[in-house]
Amino acid sequence: MSAIDDIRLQVMWNRLISVVEEQATTLVRTAFSTSVREAGDLSAGVFDPSGRMLAQAVTGTPGHVNTMAEAVGNFMAEIPTDEMHEGDTYVTNDPWLGTGHLHDITMVSPSFLDGVLVGFFACTAHVVDVGGRGFGADGKSVYEEGIQIPIMRFIDRGTVNRDLVRILRQNVREPNQVVGDFYSLAACNEVGHRRLVAMMREIGLATLDGLTDFIFARTRAAMAERIRALPRGAWSNALMTDGYDAPIPLAVRITIGAERIHVDFDGSAPVSRWGINVPIIYSKAYASYALKCVVAPDIPNNAASLSFFTVSSPPNILNAARPAPVSLRHVLGHLVPDLVLGALAKALPGQVLAEGAASLWNIHLSLRPVAGGEGRRAEVLMFNSGGMGARPGLDGLSATAFPSGVHTMPIEATEQTGPVVIWRKELRPDSGGDGAWRGGLGQIIEIAAEDGHDFDFSAMFDRIDNPAHGRDGGGDGAPGGVHLDDGTRMRGKGWQHVPAGRRLILTVPGGGGFGDPAGRDPAAREDDRRKGYVTGESA
Amino acid sequence: MTTHPQIRLGADIGGTFTDIVLDVRGRLHSTKVLTTYAAPEQAILDGLAILTREAGISAGEIDLAIHGTTLATNALIARRGARVAFVTTQGFRDVIEMRTENRFAQYDLAIRLPAPLVPREDRFPIGGRIGARGDELQALDEAALEALAETLAAGGYGAVAIGFIHSYANPAHERRAREILGRRVSVPISLSSEVSPQMREFERFTTVCANAYVRPLMADYLGRLEIRLREAGAACPVVMIHSGGGLVSLGTAAEFPVRLVESGPAGGAIFATDVARRFDLTSTVSYDMGGTTAKICLIEEFQPRTARTFEVARTTRFAEGSGIPISIPVIEMIEIGAGGGSIASVDAMGRIQTGPDSAGSEPGPACYGRGGALPTITDADLLLGKLDPETFAGGAIRLSREAAETALRAEVGDRLGLALVPAAFGVAEVVDENMANAARVHAVENGRDLAGGVMIAFGGAAPLHAARLCEKLDIALCLVPAGAGVGSAIGFLKAPFGYEAVGSRVFRLSAFDGAGLAAQVAELSGTAERFVRAGTQAPLTREVTAFMRYAGQGWEIPVPLPDGSIDAAALRALFREHYARFFGRPVDGLEGLDIEIVTISVKLQDTREAPSRHTLDPIGRPIVAQAGTRPVFDPASGETRDSAVVARDALAPGDRVEGPAVIVERETSTLVTSRFDAVLQGDGSLLLVRKGFGAKGFGS
Repeated sequence: MSAIDDIRLQVMWNRLISVVEEQATTLVRTAFSTSVREAGDLSAGVFDPSGRMLAQAVTGTPGHVNTMAEAVGNFMAEIPTDEMHEGDTYVTNDPWLGTGHLHDITMVSPSFLDGVLVGFFACTAHVVDVGGRGFGADGKSVYEEGIQIPIMRFIDRGTVNRDLVRILRQNVREPNQVVGDFYSLAACNEVGHRRLVAMMREIGLATLDGLTDFIFARTRAAMAERIRALPRGAWSNALMTDGYDAPIPLAVRITIGAERIHVDFDGSAPVSRWGINVPIIYSKAYASYALKCVVAPDIPNNAASLSFFTVSSPPNILNAARPAPVSLRHVLGHLVPDLVLGALAKALPGQVLAEGAASLWNIHLSLRPVAGGEGRRAEVLMFNSGGMGARPGLDGLSATAFPSGVHTMPIEATEQTGPVVIWRKELRPDSGGDGAWRGGLGQIIEIAAEDGHDFDFSAMFDRIDNPAHGRDGGGDGAPGGVHLDDGTRMRGKGWQHVPAGRRLILTVPGGGGFGDPAGRDPAAREDDRRKGYVTGESA
Repeated sequence: MTTHPQIRLGADIGGTFTDIVLDVRGRLHSTKVLTTYAAPEQAILDGLAILTREAGISAGEIDLAIHGTTLATNALIARRGARVAFVTTQGFRDVIEMRTENRFAQYDLAIRLPAPLVPREDRFPIGGRIGARGDELQALDEAALEALAETLAAGGYGAVAIGFIHSYANPAHERRAREILGRRVSVPISLSSEVSPQMREFERFTTVCANAYVRPLMADYLGRLEIRLREAGAACPVVMIHSGGGLVSLGTAAEFPVRLVESGPAGGAIFATDVARRFDLTSTVSYDMGGTTAKICLIEEFQPRTARTFEVARTTRFAEGSGIPISIPVIEMIEIGAGGGSIASVDAMGRIQTGPDSAGSEPGPACYGRGGALPTITDADLLLGKLDPETFAGGAIRLSREAAETALRAEVGDRLGLALVPAAFGVAEVVDENMANAARVHAVENGRDLAGGVMIAFGGAAPLHAARLCEKLDIALCLVPAGAGVGSAIGFLKAPFGYEAVGSRVFRLSAFDGAGLAAQVAELSGTAERFVRAGTQAPLTREVTAFMRYAGQGWEIPVPLPDGSIDAAALRALFREHYARFFGRPVDGLEGLDIEIVTISVKLQDTREAPSRHTLDPIGRPIVAQAGTRPVFDPASGETRDSAVVARDALAPGDRVEGPAVIVERETSTLVTSRFDAVLQGDGSLLLVRKGFGAKGFGS
């Protein structure tokens, strides 16, 4: 009975999603780097033998998921399938073949059932260090940004590549944590593999072919329907960003055709001298994510749904080729959704949210005792989010990551990792753009070293000179700022020093408003005042 | 004093029904009464009257009343708690509002985050700061507290919560703040360092706010209950069951009501644990499926698995991250939106989806004929032949096949071009798969493998789905105990007096402070003992657990510690052993990689009398007498087959019914699929046995 077979395939699809969820959970629970274990900066997925993504874990962040979706094909191009063996795991941190910068380690493991290649598991995580200049914008080329691992074997038929481990240990600042994360990535693929094989044996499947066809056919049909419902045509948008030392314009043109949406970044600034360039694999990941959020939020992310979004660009800052420095590719990468959605809003007026803080306000701290003193040294990474743009019908979310999918870390956990005190981390009043619906609030963070210590920090902040714009008459969100408590203004990018006894103050940007402020419900305004979201004290 | 009272009352107030059980010297009487929202104690009094009459005793003869309730949970879900003032560290006013700065649904741009329990205007930042190692970085601003005391006294608040940064490491500022505020404020004050002394400010702060939020309501209710029970002639002590599965005094419950959240489900896990002890089953999984949700709990060595944090009041389709995190010791359960009333639909990909939206009891499943137009799991079960429309719920509701067919055809069958039976199978199969996946993931997360264990199924809908679930999970044996419909309330009667005290403090093994660890354990033991001794003078057992990790990791694994002193080498060995159990292998070859303890838990409980022992009989003797047959869809073979219909109360211990069959009783039916047989056990439980199992022997 084919109807019953159909239902069995649906059930297997659910099971496959559960398998990758287990895979991701293993990674979160065994990972060493804070960004993975506390912040969820990772992804995990299962692929068919030709390298097409079948399912991804819900846990994870778009920049990883959608880049990893393409990465498996790159591994297969380097390592022919007839040279793959049971018990192998391959690795790379190549920004152009993986997920856009050297800090992300991608691992791919073939999955064999009775000697036959039935699929692949892949996962990605951000590790705490890769050597070089550290996580920051100051490298002049990728060669200064850290160790580069070409696509190669990390585990060969069950045996770990000791030479790679030794080279790694010699090249990174926190060898135990980094090597620990390598093991944890491999373990996560191993869990996925074991569960997949158990599922196939239990159901009596020799290959995933039937299930693959089912998943892709169902997804394709649903996506095609959504694309057909959109207006056809081409729309453009431009966005100014802060850059490193001079403003950087981004541009996009989206074309909605009968069968796909094409995105082109022609007109964006040329490649930068600084490490804020974006490999196109990462630009594409966030462009596809943004479109999918509006067009098909309920359709699973897999090779079939992603195939409806195509991306091109002449060489420029959103399509930077080797050896451009790319360490902070996330700063502009996180602005790609605002860029793309600005164009889509012209096609779908009244339906697309306003611009938001977009880029995470990540900060890397390098703490040490004051010269000649005693104390502790530590590398500390914090993830912080500004306000999300107002949505049609809803205020923007305050201090919430979008488009990134990461979490913040508890400050009590952060303060356990080094001689740092976070004196303040709370909402920033008056930072949400006004509108019928208000933009989300940013936040204010005050950071100091413990007595007897000072620190350097790597700034990777945007929207200081270019705030989030409102949509459809909504006001702009408040721009960000970086200062010391004595009023000294600091730069938005690059490594800088904070002397002992001083506090670093980050004012994280707010989101833009949506719709004419005159249309805001008086009760909502009253509530804003009562809660202190809006004080009326500053513009 | 080791003897247990001879007549005990168990009462479980749920969302719809209040279950009452009276244990009269080993003989059980039970009833279900509709819950009255305005006066929840009324249902207990009504049930008490019914059962004392039935048992022929007077209320005054009852020795002990054990009570669990979802009132605290419901108050959090429906936001019916007190107006709370939250006093917190300056600079951290918005911790409970900013949450994790994350969206729990990645692609949903219209996502709404749950509003904080205490709105921003009622959160009061105060200067003063404790550091990560418990040192004072900045003195407490006592002048500001004096001024705040006046504001709060005049503010009309029902409760106060105090939560300061790093107070788990040093509670001095919180205690001093209570002292100052307490001089002017008459409402109860809760401290985060007492309610939940664990690291991670968001969870600790929401927990103390939740405690304050439900405190006036629960204190009122508990006081009223005690008085009304007395008036009804029941002068016995009343004790409460808490989320960790132990009993606490009414006084403790009124002070820490957040510990009562999820006490009903905890009763279910204790019920299953008692069944496991009865049959000496060391590795079991409990499966409780009711009208709205299914709950799965791992029980190993007769202990339900516990956790230190969970989430209540999820606002969006049970999505993780959409609720209020509560960090207190709790019996750990996976709860998914899969119950008899869960609604089936078809998504954009033409996939059948079930739940978490539920038809509830009003209007209920379409087949109830009370106006429900959407197909539910119960409708699918009816159309597959698993339910008899005439005898459902003891004949209380006559189920309408026509209504079920119409609903299922409209919402599932027509959309997918499926005939009725395949559509119904699709719905049942998807919900079973969802439950199986949840169980699998939960087991993996806890380093367990379900295959080889025994399932214990209870709750109205569980016996209909248990056999198929076992097929999916490769479980060969499943017990469906008698009294499954009021399992939680029966579980209350089996609960020990117990309390788990948890505290965060980091101990690194490289510079191990053995004396410090011993002192921490002693302090937590003292706390736990104070609570336990408020209810029992019986001998106590103590379990000490260290939550450990490699330094640098963020997830700790529980490592049970032996009684007495322990050195770093032994701790290291224990940790590596447990780590390997969770994650396959310990991390090797990392020079200088330190191991640390982050949190210690001490659990004290009194010893329970062992239940009467039974030996599991997976063989039995085949019986021929049958009441009749009816066509029932068989999931494994994918076809409808004639299945025997047998009344449960017509079976004698040892009787073996061959699947496919349906074993019917007043409150539910047990489906025996073609891959299973069922054997009635000596205690009245039904054992589902996978065909061919007994031949290979049992117990390995």
